[in-house]
Amino acid sequence: MKQFIIFLRKEFAHVLRDRKTLLILFGMPITQILIFGFALTNEVKNSKIVVVDNAKDVASHKIISRIEASRYFEIEEAMLNANQIEESFQQGLIRMAVVFPANFNHDLVHQNKGQVQIIADASDPNTATTLTNYVSAIIQDYQAEMDKVNAIPYRIEPQVRMLYNPQLKGVHNFVPGVIALVLMLVCVMMTAVSIVREKETGTMEILLVSPFKPMMVMISKAIPYLILSLINVTSILLLSVFVLKVPVNGSILLLFAESTLFIITCLTLGIFISVKTNSQQVAMLISLMGMMLPTILFSGFMFPIENMPKALQIFSNIVPSKWFYIIVKSIMIKGVGFSEIWKETVILIGMTIFLLGLSLKNFKIRLA
Amino acid sequence: METVIKTENLTKRFGDFIAANEISFEVYKGEIFGFLGANGAGKTTAMRMLCGLSIPSSGKATIAGYDIYRQTELIKKNIGYMSQKFSLYDDLTILENIQFFGGIYGLSNKQIKDKSESLIEQLGLHQEAKKLVVSLPLGWKQKLSFSVAVLHEPKIVFLDEPTGGVDPVTRRQFWDLIYEAANRGVTIFVTTHYMDEAEYCNRISIMVDGKIEALDTPSHLKKTFAATSMDEVFYQLARGAKRGD
Repeated sequence: MKQFIIFLRKEFAHVLRDRKTLLILFGMPITQILIFGFALTNEVKNSKIVVVDNAKDVASHKIISRIEASRYFEIEEAMLNANQIEESFQQGLIRMAVVFPANFNHDLVHQNKGQVQIIADASDPNTATTLTNYVSAIIQDYQAEMDKVNAIPYRIEPQVRMLYNPQLKGVHNFVPGVIALVLMLVCVMMTAVSIVREKETGTMEILLVSPFKPMMVMISKAIPYLILSLINVTSILLLSVFVLKVPVNGSILLLFAESTLFIITCLTLGIFISVKTNSQQVAMLISLMGMMLPTILFSGFMFPIENMPKALQIFSNIVPSKWFYIIVKSIMIKGVGFSEIWKETVILIGMTIFLLGLSLKNFKIRLA
Repeated sequence: METVIKTENLTKRFGDFIAANEISFEVYKGEIFGFLGANGAGKTTAMRMLCGLSIPSSGKATIAGYDIYRQTELIKKNIGYMSQKFSLYDDLTILENIQFFGGIYGLSNKQIKDKSESLIEQLGLHQEAKKLVVSLPLGWKQKLSFSVAVLHEPKIVFLDEPTGGVDPVTRRQFWDLIYEAANRGVTIFVTTHYMDEAEYCNRISIMVDGKIEALDTPSHLKKTFAATSMDEVFYQLARGAKRGD
């Protein structure tokens, strides 16, 4: 045990003395969260929209003037048919179209019911949602105001159509994605590199000749990065809650427990890479290309997996971050408990045990 | 004389390739045993087997009285090892390196403290004790490396080309350290490519293509091969080698 503590102290010295790396490791999640947060989900101003007013009556005019008054839109009134609207979208001239049907006010007065069509370019899902929400809110405001004077309440139904990306994948969900990305990077790459470095410098041989157990070498290498990663998770969550106002709806404790599990998965991955490679560059390259890219591509946080070809969908199942991403998203955004995510948890545990077994086996072969 | 290393027909195969072929020899306590051979002759393989880093394919061996197959943990406690690569931590200070290696060999805090004081005294490193090892010149690093390898007072210390790339003066100083350790009863098992260093050894063995072709004191070897220097002896033996790098 004393040997173990001495070893750990050495590992912490390695990590803490490498100031530049340390700065990157702690700075990266913060900058990523801020960049993703402000670049992707900030409010949308001065978006070009087109209003097609087929009604030209009192109700449509009132709503249009309210939309005009808002600072979010640059409005253009034009009589366009469906095809022309589509064309404007394709050319990127407009972000949204609001269409009033011919008998808008008439329907409201006589049937107490009217429809407004809202079409948005959802290839940028964040902008699309924001814009449609703004317009829906404006319409609801108008409706609420009219209800004060009317005996029978109006019901205006905004019919929202999202062009190009109807599921609106990727909205507000980048925080779980960044957590997965950062953990992947810190745990896999740093662990792999720090073990391979000892192989490169020759100190690994000295350690293997010593009475210190090889298994212990691995564990003590991993512990500093486990702690570092937990600090990173904390800082990401603090930022997302207090700066980006993305709340954690589920249990924080569960979130940390699942994160720890994923960190351990990543650490075993890192150890596995380090067992298989002999140079820091190779270890780094494998971690980046083999781990970071799949995390970005196949975890579902940037690109919807449902839209991928079947083969890639199947492939995405072996990417650990996919499962972790589902878990974090479920806890943070849907606020679910363990009963809803136990399957994903079991998959992650299975992957961890598999990787651990694989690295142990290979580690022994190397020694033989 | 007490035998500390004893091998009988020790063999290591990698597929069809026989890296070490039925090696048999004995090394005695307090001896400086030189282990020579051209590149690829199988020195490192043999040494790795003796250190417990590699499992032999066949044959027997005991190190410090312990069986090489079954008692590797006991062997590890009783040997020191210094590889051809510099093997201390660059980003730790001299003192921290000493503490670390003392620690993983299970020395007590007091032992570590006493040892590091005497070691720093001996190497004259008072000024540098709290500096990072990376700032030391190579020669000093090697001396420090050796001192760390014998810190836990092993029965045997294995040195794998310890003086590669070191200037002659520092090499001489390095060998002073080796003699000192040998006088304390530590057995030295050293591989080298420098023939002047071979002359410093009590006995040497020369490996050619996985086999030990000669094993004797330097003066006897020179007599047997009718040579004036170890260089010639080595050349006569190694010339017949079929494998190399």
